[in-house]
Amino acid sequence: MLNFAQRYRTVHIVCIQWKRCLSRTTFKMGRSVKTIYALSSGQGPAGLAVIRASGPRCSDVLKEVTKQSHLPRPRMAVNRDIFSPLSGELLDKSIVLWFPGPNSFTGDDVCEFHVHGGLAVIQAVLRALGNCEDLYQAEPGEFTKRAFINGKLDLTEVEGLGDLVAAETETQRQQALRQMSGELGSLYGRWRNELVKVVAHVEAFIDFSEDENIEGSIVDQAMESLKKLENSIRVHLKDNRRGERLRNGVQIAIIGEPNAGKSSLLNILCKRPAAIVTPIAGTTRDVVESAVNIGGYPVLFSDTAGIRETNDLVEIEGVKRATERAQTSDMVVTVVDASTLQPVIKNSSEIDDLVTALLRTLGTLQRTMDKAGSITDEIADNDTTSQQSMVLFNKVDLLAERERKILKEVMNSLTKDQGFYICGFSCKTLEGLDTFLEMLKGTVSKLCGDPLSGNPSLTQERHRMHLELCLAAMSKVKLDNDLVIDAEHLREALRHLGRITGHVRVEEVLDVIFKDFCIGK
Amino acid sequence: MAARLGLPAHLSLLRGKLTGKTPNLRYLSGNASEVDSNFYDVIVVGGGHAGCEAAAASARLGRKTLLLTHKIETIVGSMKFITSCREMSCNPSFGGIGKGHLVREVDALDGVCGRICDKSGIHFKVLNKKKGPAVWGLRAQIDRDLYRRYMQQEILNTECLTVEASPVDDLILDDVTPEHGDDMVCKKICAGVVLENGRCVKASSVVITTGTFLRGCIHLGLDIRPAGRLGDAPAMGLAKTLEEAGFTVGRLKTGTPPRIDGTTINYKQLESHFGDDTPVPFSFMNKKVSIKPEEQVSCHLTNSSTKVGEIILQNKHLNHHIREEVTGPRYCPSIESKVMRFGNRPHQIWLEPEGLNTNIVYMQGFSITLPPELQEECIHNVRGLEEATMTRPGYGVEYDFMDPRQIKPSLETKRIKGLFFAGQINGTTGYEEAAAQGIIAGINAGLMAHGEPPFIVNRTEGYIGVLIDDLTTQGTTEPYRMFTSRTEFRISLRPDNADLRLTEKGYKAGCVTEERYKKTKDMEYKLSENIELLKAYKMSRAQWSNILRECKAEISLAKTGSKLSAFDVLQSSYFQVSCLSEVPGNPFQGIVSDDVLAGRIKIEGGDGR
Repeated sequence: MLNFAQRYRTVHIVCIQWKRCLSRTTFKMGRSVKTIYALSSGQGPAGLAVIRASGPRCSDVLKEVTKQSHLPRPRMAVNRDIFSPLSGELLDKSIVLWFPGPNSFTGDDVCEFHVHGGLAVIQAVLRALGNCEDLYQAEPGEFTKRAFINGKLDLTEVEGLGDLVAAETETQRQQALRQMSGELGSLYGRWRNELVKVVAHVEAFIDFSEDENIEGSIVDQAMESLKKLENSIRVHLKDNRRGERLRNGVQIAIIGEPNAGKSSLLNILCKRPAAIVTPIAGTTRDVVESAVNIGGYPVLFSDTAGIRETNDLVEIEGVKRATERAQTSDMVVTVVDASTLQPVIKNSSEIDDLVTALLRTLGTLQRTMDKAGSITDEIADNDTTSQQSMVLFNKVDLLAERERKILKEVMNSLTKDQGFYICGFSCKTLEGLDTFLEMLKGTVSKLCGDPLSGNPSLTQERHRMHLELCLAAMSKVKLDNDLVIDAEHLREALRHLGRITGHVRVEEVLDVIFKDFCIGK
Repeated sequence: MAARLGLPAHLSLLRGKLTGKTPNLRYLSGNASEVDSNFYDVIVVGGGHAGCEAAAASARLGRKTLLLTHKIETIVGSMKFITSCREMSCNPSFGGIGKGHLVREVDALDGVCGRICDKSGIHFKVLNKKKGPAVWGLRAQIDRDLYRRYMQQEILNTECLTVEASPVDDLILDDVTPEHGDDMVCKKICAGVVLENGRCVKASSVVITTGTFLRGCIHLGLDIRPAGRLGDAPAMGLAKTLEEAGFTVGRLKTGTPPRIDGTTINYKQLESHFGDDTPVPFSFMNKKVSIKPEEQVSCHLTNSSTKVGEIILQNKHLNHHIREEVTGPRYCPSIESKVMRFGNRPHQIWLEPEGLNTNIVYMQGFSITLPPELQEECIHNVRGLEEATMTRPGYGVEYDFMDPRQIKPSLETKRIKGLFFAGQINGTTGYEEAAAQGIIAGINAGLMAHGEPPFIVNRTEGYIGVLIDDLTTQGTTEPYRMFTSRTEFRISLRPDNADLRLTEKGYKAGCVTEERYKKTKDMEYKLSENIELLKAYKMSRAQWSNILRECKAEISLAKTGSKLSAFDVLQSSYFQVSCLSEVPGNPFQGIVSDDVLAGRIKIEGGDGR
């Protein structure tokens, strides 16, 4: 029996299943009743604008507005004049594309009008379509929703498409494109198929083990695959949230004592006066955010209030916010005013003493922060493990040559012994900017990973949540339970996995049962 | 009037078949002349499992019901196999895993099949006993003659229910008037049936349970013959009307194994399987089944040899059925498809007796459509059957069914108001599935006749709900059979609690008798009262361990914590309810002395094994 089960569990089974799946979807395809249309390209005057329509009335509408009795060849661009269906007036000369369902983006019949991108042209063509019978303006996202409902995209692909459209940096684009092409979806799909199989074998044992000759070993095998799957998911989850980071932007908090030059640094990084800079200590009270593209990676810098003990109510709140931000960020850049080190350097020539002094300064900063922000233990627990830290000595231009040399040694020692990312810098002369950016890029790319290599990363909290719930359900499976209760946990796990891609179907389980086992009377 | 209907002849025939009780002739005999016997609340067409349940349910609601069946001998409760080999036959058993759940639910709604099975079963076994109570499968081998006889008795003695043997020619359809509401799909309303002799019988609603009569074909080797009523002009009329109404029709196939003469089987070589020592009755109303445990017959297990596979593979060209493009069931494949799909290895075959007073044995797992002489050759290559005589060959059946997405959850068709479909016509297979639909269709046809809202069991309430929801929303591509894996709420939809789930609901709809309702309420009260009692009784772990030692149970009180209630302790599979009698002062006497209650409480406690 065991041999038999192994022998017949072939790739073909999977292929047949998919075929079944596909044939089902095709059956449902093109079922939308309403025909919708919308401007699919951006607003505003441009060379071209694309207007798209989807639904059963597309072919009629296409003929109507082009005053043609026949449709263009599918997926072939043709030149067509567009007329108002009411007045018959010529509206524009355009390129028209006809995609009969199900081989279209939405799975319905789709047509596209590539018209000239003038505001009046767009208005006129949209009005013309609006005047056609049974044609409705699409809601935002409605085309994609149809594609999902018609089985053209799974949920991760839909999300990938959304991310691709919203991508601002090169690496975000790479990640989104991978996801939209279905790589993440197929990874989850693969796991899902494995879990479907586990569930199916357990279910088969429940429903058929007594009538038919299905042996208990099938359950043991299922449990083995379950353990393997559990492990894969665990590894996938231990990615330090790089996919989500890349999607949402790496959060970097700039912290330090008042007047260390944090706001100036922010302004330099984002190349505009985002934060107010004055010589007065404590100018920045609130958190000032700015998004910057660092070597293709999206980074969100937060400039924060200078950290010190104070009685000013507003400033106390500012310090509290700064602390919170530092704790929730993926990375912290601590800005230190190098000129404050001058007295220390003067008094001691021992590098070690300097290092100690420096660490003491940083330590004081940390203590002040701890005092200010006592609320966020939970967040701190979560992220400190992966949180990166970097120290920036600002105002190095104020140092004498000798002092600089000593500082450099201190920095080298810290880098070597403590693994600090540390760098000298001047907001005034921009000295050290390149080194700083290089270092930033290095850390950021480490945080986000290379979106092109390895397994695709999970990009949304939603994926993480369902995977974690899936794992939790799997871990409840203990063979000394009533098998039916175990099956219940497995079903729950499967439901969570299915929700990521949007496939939840019982029938598949039965498909596997009947493909893998000889059940009959 | 009765004379005009030409009924007396039929009735005398019926009476001869019965066991003494006078059938209910209220609407047929003398005094019926005042009543307009040409009008019924509900007409049920077809006397199989679905038809009987439908008719009985409608009659229980107090609706004037007419059950129309094709042939007098096959009337009511026929597992339609004996009368004519042209009719489909299936195995002589009821229940199983998933199916047993359905029988229990039908019984909870006061259906008839569970009670009849308890009377006519000859081998009872609860399957899956090693797994949790949610998947226990009550199953019984049934004596066909007994089943038919008891069912006829039941149906013919039901108040408000009239039985008539007359084929149905057509439906009476009226146009939908605005007062019925505006419906895009529903343009017609069913007002009765036209019988073969041209007589019109009017009714408020009509339930069709005619099984595989639509374009049925029997396949045996290369031979294809019309089955059922094909070529029968009246049946064509009904089929044509349904077709004209715009129903989408699909095609399915199924098969049946050969029968063998039990006296020619060499049982010595075979593994015997006995029934349970204490048979569990299907019906909540029965404390025990009719047959004495020790008188139960046994089933035998054997398997095919590779020689059978060789014969099948060499003779594929002589087998029309397996080449067809029509979808057969994946779970009930013929021996041919088993060999072709899963290779030529020994396949398991159950030998099941068809009754106490017959030698006919059913070969479960051996559906086959080869020419008869090759079938016999195959049989002789099965262990223990080397010398066996085949009394009837197996064959395949192909038939039309109505796409069930055209019916509502009440089983009323969307296209024709007042018309209900139940049973195999909706693409299901199995007696239990048919009975489950029958009872729902019967109840709803009855409710509709008086303008009452439909009775719907949903997926959270029962397997019946899962069955009907699956059918009406997903349709089916193969004969639909119930499995426990189809239900999302398997842990709570158990055979033991079907009464708690459905009886009250059925009582409110009017299809459950006062007696059953009281019994269920009583059980419900006893359960909750005793569970409260168990939960309130707390002792330390050490004390419980002592009690467990007293009754020599293995100790595994995994839970930590200072005090455990008696209910907590019951969750351990080692803790038998009988151990409760060791508790000082014996506060649980009421539970320990009532086996049914004890069993149910143990299950509620979390482990019924």
